[in-house]
Amino acid sequence: MSHEHHQLDLTGVGYHYGKKEALCDVGFSVHCGQRLALLGPNGAGKSTLIRLLAGLLPQQSGSIRWREASITRARREIAYLPQVDQHQRHFPIRVKDVVAMGRFPHLGHLRRFRKIDREKTAEAIDLMSLGDIAHQQIDQLSGGQQQRTFIARALAQEAHVLLLDEPFNGLDIESRCHLSDSLIDLTKSGHLIIASHHQLESVTQIFTHALVLDQRQVEFGKAIEVMESEAVKQTLHSCHPHAHGRAL
Amino acid sequence: MDELFKIPLYQRAILATLIIGFVNGYASAFVLLHRSPLKLTALSHSLLPGVALAAYFVGLGVLSAFFGAVVAAIIIGVLTVLLSRVTKISDDTVLAVLYTGAFAFGIMVLQRIGSNQDLENWLLGNILGLSDLDLWMSFTVGIVAVTLLSLFRRAVVINLYDPEVAASLGIRTHLLEYASFAILILVLVTTLQAVGCILAIGMIVTPAAIVRPYISSPETLFPLSGFTGAAGSALGLYLNIYFDLPGAGASIAATLAAIFLLSVILRSIFAK
Repeated sequence: MSHEHHQLDLTGVGYHYGKKEALCDVGFSVHCGQRLALLGPNGAGKSTLIRLLAGLLPQQSGSIRWREASITRARREIAYLPQVDQHQRHFPIRVKDVVAMGRFPHLGHLRRFRKIDREKTAEAIDLMSLGDIAHQQIDQLSGGQQQRTFIARALAQEAHVLLLDEPFNGLDIESRCHLSDSLIDLTKSGHLIIASHHQLESVTQIFTHALVLDQRQVEFGKAIEVMESEAVKQTLHSCHPHAHGRAL
Repeated sequence: MDELFKIPLYQRAILATLIIGFVNGYASAFVLLHRSPLKLTALSHSLLPGVALAAYFVGLGVLSAFFGAVVAAIIIGVLTVLLSRVTKISDDTVLAVLYTGAFAFGIMVLQRIGSNQDLENWLLGNILGLSDLDLWMSFTVGIVAVTLLSLFRRAVVINLYDPEVAASLGIRTHLLEYASFAILILVLVTTLQAVGCILAIGMIVTPAAIVRPYISSPETLFPLSGFTGAAGSALGLYLNIYFDLPGAGASIAATLAAIFLLSVILRSIFAK
């Protein structure tokens, strides 16, 4: 499943909500096998960037290229994982049904669920160790188990890039450890992980690269170098002067 | 009693109830998952002026009623969004004001163009008075509605569960939403003649609520709600005829509500 030569390139990307500028002149390159943390204070443009990459917002300026072509041509290779509490509560749906949703880009509206779709769904459930709870209702699971279910959906989708919106929010310590192990395993198998992240103390443990935003690009590079940069320290701590080592 | 059900009038009514009950039941799964019964209540009341004006200007038929209903629904929907933005009053409040206003206007138009009996038929329905053409229309609309909801169920369910994930998977969520509500309006229009715009809500909401405590996936919710709607509605009509009760539509809606209460009680007993 390795696609390490697959690269995501952003050049001069910006976005406005009406007259309000949310993001300006963002440009960087990452490739499969890397884990990129999006950092910055609230309103810095992290969610906007994730939504642009996921195709939920239209591109207004700059270019986003995946595998040297426009990203709009490769939607099935990009999976979006919203925050765990975003989906509708008390919806009657089992874990295996949520994972099977990932097959939609391969099936479309009318094609029947085929043997390959069942195999890919089962494979994703196994990879995320969800076999024992595959028939449980999604709302009966913990935040960590729900997050693993959504990752399994991305795997069933056969996505190369996983976009996660604050995946560690609301998880207990054990679930956070499991999730960071899962993300590391995913990049070993050739996926590119991009996640907005608020817990500064864990950036270098979980992510290989970091992008710091404050409506514009403040810094991009290897996580360990970015976290040492003076400009970054100023951006990340200016809003929260006592924030070192705690969630932003 | 058996003799009664050999009368073509009752046979047609039972057949109509089974068809309309199944179609409404099937659609009720969407309404339950969409969490929109209150919107549906507003919608069904808003349709009345559209149907009444269509009847006044073009003459009453399923097509003219449908287009009248769609225009009324769009006007109420757009006005709700606009007025809510301008006044900063919640859209639920604006919708409540507008749908009761539209409903009142519809009543006045119907009173102007028809008799009190016509008005009562639109409000409470007249399932025993359906013609063969009405029955065929209900059957055709039912086939179209159930087929479309079944064909696009995969996308509909993903969209109901999480619209953003649905959009990221390539589903055209707004189009799907509009198409789904167009189907609901079509179902409501054919139901209005049978049970009226007030009791129609019971048919398009209750069946899925009866089934919901017993199912764990949308795959079973849709068909099971359909069968429950058909069986519950037919039972309501049977009881109405058997006990010679007034108001067939009211008997159907009351029976569905009683089955819902029974379903909740049984679930709480077996869950222990």
